[in-house]
Amino acid sequence: MTRLPADAGLGFKPEHFADIRASRPDLGFFEVHAENYMGAGGAPHAMLAALRADYALSLHGVGLSIGGARGLDPAHLARLRALIERYQPESFSEHLAWSSHGADYLNDLLPLPYTPETLALVCDHVDQVQEALGVRMLLENPSTYVLFEQSTIPETEFLDEVARRTGCGLLLDVNNVFVSCVNHRTDPRAYLAAFPLAHVAEIHLGGHAEEELPSGPLLIDSHGAEVADPVWALYAEVIARTGPLPSLIEWDNDVPAFPVLLAEARRAQAILRAVGEGERTNAVA
Amino acid sequence: MPSHETFLSAFRSGIFGAGLPVGVTARNPDEAERRFAVYRNNVLHSLTEALAARFPVVARLVGAEFFAAMARVFAEAHPPESPMLFDWGGAFPGFLEEFPPVAGLPYLPDVARLERARGRAYHAADAEPLPPAALAEAAGRADRIALGLHPSVALITSGHAIHAIWAGNQPGVTPGPISDRPETVLVLRDRTLEVPVWRLGPGEAAFCAALLARRPLLAAAEAALTTDPQFAPQELLARLQRAGALISIEEDAQ
Repeated sequence: MTRLPADAGLGFKPEHFADIRASRPDLGFFEVHAENYMGAGGAPHAMLAALRADYALSLHGVGLSIGGARGLDPAHLARLRALIERYQPESFSEHLAWSSHGADYLNDLLPLPYTPETLALVCDHVDQVQEALGVRMLLENPSTYVLFEQSTIPETEFLDEVARRTGCGLLLDVNNVFVSCVNHRTDPRAYLAAFPLAHVAEIHLGGHAEEELPSGPLLIDSHGAEVADPVWALYAEVIARTGPLPSLIEWDNDVPAFPVLLAEARRAQAILRAVGEGERTNAVA
Repeated sequence: MPSHETFLSAFRSGIFGAGLPVGVTARNPDEAERRFAVYRNNVLHSLTEALAARFPVVARLVGAEFFAAMARVFAEAHPPESPMLFDWGGAFPGFLEEFPPVAGLPYLPDVARLERARGRAYHAADAEPLPPAALAEAAGRADRIALGLHPSVALITSGHAIHAIWAGNQPGVTPGPISDRPETVLVLRDRTLEVPVWRLGPGEAAFCAALLARRPLLAAAEAALTTDPQFAPQELLARLQRAGALISIEEDAQ
């Protein structure tokens, strides 16, 4: 795998295909959910092939259930491998979450307690994925709404351990950090200070919704709105520390017209450019 | 401390209505139940949305609120068996046949079959259409050849006016009165990768059924003409050809 460029990218939505083909926007990459392209043929593959010819591609899985208890589905791994062989994406990523238990697929990224048992399990699963797919994968931090009494390992330490033991990279979803920290009444800056940024190879930015609980706000990772201002601020702080990284705008629900998404990508690109120019200036000085 | 296996079993049960799994908490533990409900809602809402995306006409016919309630019952009884959600819903037409609250809409299961066929056609394997000359060249062997149809092609025979119901309930269309009658439709993915639904006359339906059964072309035409003396096989063949639905010629058909 070659790398994704350290530029802003967008999640691809089929309803934007005509706009993208007509305007060929200057974007670092497109990201697609792998599971939407596991059919045999037809329009999804025709669109993805055309997109892939023009742009770097990030393949983002949502169904592997790496945090599950019953082992990875070999059939699903085989489907992912076939997609990787066909489209040669620059990146493959999945989630620190589970979505299957038994034969059911629950279509959500569900949280897991962080314990020595689950750490060993997740490392084993990441090893299997990297072995089966023949690529280094990225693992994404989740957004969460509850805590677990049995958790004994902080999330940042858990992710660091998985990256160290398996050699995988991390996908830092800054919106997920904000959502989780607000929900658990902790400080997102403290979380990011503890995050193993050296392993991060991609950033996700998305919108969230807000509800109100007696104790304060409950944020829902809705992927259905603009990136919130506090998330942009955290993103700029992360990029100032890491330097430019591939940065994705996610918008999966209530998908707006393409120019709205493009404006979000431009905002991320401006932050990347400012940091990149700062780095070059420092190098010259 | 429960094992991960035990814990996920409890979490899964909790999503489908059992109590809060042991160990689930929050900074303010009184809120754990309310927060856990976010997962319950995410799973059921996302599955409802996924089902509505695959069966939009069924959803329109029963209304969004009713559909959401029905989708939750279906999702619990027939949850997706893989992360390929586009393939979920094969059991939905049969579920509708057995679901008492929709017994008054006897056409609903067949409308769902039509929508299921469209979903499958959209994702079906690609296949190169026959060049136009190939069919003309083979016409002299019509008694011995069968035509291979595109993997997307499906024939749905119903005792109800499924085409009229489907077409009258598309986005932006105001449904008018529909007189119920038996209808047969052909679902296919055309050269533009769209998935049209063709209403077939009795002869056309008989012809397509024979083609799908790999009957020799001549025998298929004869069967169709027996059903409908007005049937014009050349017209339908030309239409199938234009759509890209004819993909191979098989010799020595029986």
